[in-house]
Amino acid sequence: MSENIEELERQFQEKIDNEVKIEPRDWMPDGYREHVARQMSQHAHSEVIGMQPEGNWITRAPSLRAKKILLAKIQDEAGHGLYLYSAAETLGISRDTFLQWLHEGKAKYSSIFNYPSLNWADMGAIGWLVDGAAIVNQVSLQKTSYGPYSRAMVRICKEESFHQRQGYEIMAKMMAGTKEQQQMAQDALNRFWWPSLMMFGPHDSDSARSSKALKWKIKRESNDTLRQRFIDKTIPQAEFIGLKVPDPDAVLQPDGSYKTGEINWDEFWNVVKGNGPCNKQRLDHHIKAHEDGKWVREACLAFAENQN
Amino acid sequence: MSNTDNQGPLWEVFTQKKAGLAFKHSGSVHAYDKNLAIEAARDLFTRRNEGTGLWVVKSEDIIAVAPEDSESFFEPADDKIYRHPTFFEVPDGVKNM
Repeated sequence: MSENIEELERQFQEKIDNEVKIEPRDWMPDGYREHVARQMSQHAHSEVIGMQPEGNWITRAPSLRAKKILLAKIQDEAGHGLYLYSAAETLGISRDTFLQWLHEGKAKYSSIFNYPSLNWADMGAIGWLVDGAAIVNQVSLQKTSYGPYSRAMVRICKEESFHQRQGYEIMAKMMAGTKEQQQMAQDALNRFWWPSLMMFGPHDSDSARSSKALKWKIKRESNDTLRQRFIDKTIPQAEFIGLKVPDPDAVLQPDGSYKTGEINWDEFWNVVKGNGPCNKQRLDHHIKAHEDGKWVREACLAFAENQN
Repeated sequence: MSNTDNQGPLWEVFTQKKAGLAFKHSGSVHAYDKNLAIEAARDLFTRRNEGTGLWVVKSEDIIAVAPEDSESFFEPADDKIYRHPTFFEVPDGVKNM
């Protein structure tokens, strides 16, 4: 029996090494199944929880144009959450179970959404930095070994690039505005820069799960590689519109990449553990929205049953 | 707090990008009946003019070949290489074939 498992594992790794995608009904090691389920559901939860900081500003958008764009962006986030939940469900875990794990605190979402969005400049910073970081990660994940996850990533990447441009446009406009607007934009960058870098997760040397995920090609590139790519793209974008990243140690190196200061990992772990400024608010709101929708689900179900 | 599984059954969504093209699997949605399913599919999969046509079908109604059967199911095609045009030798100099 154990020989059989070893043989199945060997064949599985051979497929991975040959870039053959794993499909839902293929044999896969339990560890792979768990890792993909956790990563996809965490990704889905992040999309959905990520609607909250931006939803906060729909009614206060400075123009009808800005409001329409923000609405479309948030609608996309909902869509991306749904793509990812569907992909995660192919592993035989129901949507409601994923939601239950989120509500019980068993499943996480990206910590960046536990920071508050204080003003309109934050809509710029979130679109530019948070979506920008997400795109770097998601472009890499298009090549993930799990077929349904990969297909969801391809679809999401196609849609997501407008999000980053939307954010950058807000920042660029503010930087072309009054002194107060410029200060607001800089302040938003100051607050979102470090949490954006934390989105890529712990350093490779401290990331316990990473090596397995890379061997199975669930992740295609390491946390530090992706983070560096984001840094190298973003610092010139900041400078182009007159912003400065809040890192006195950031220096351009001869090879064109940036050396940066150390991330405050105590803050990172503290927010992951639930002690960020908005953890409770985000989760409470999600639970309330889910509970408020309960009667709709029940009515739809009863109606559908009556039709049969 | 307890969640029950009441998101409705799963439906597979197929979209046609342009008239004349084949329908292609886009993803899936949960919905309680076919009307809600097609509306959810529209909201989710045609936000950027991806569709001139849309199908939804209940996932449970799709019959699929199990991975463990795929050899016996698809292998018979392997020994009929004469079904491919490259099997045949065409004399040098013959054109438009």
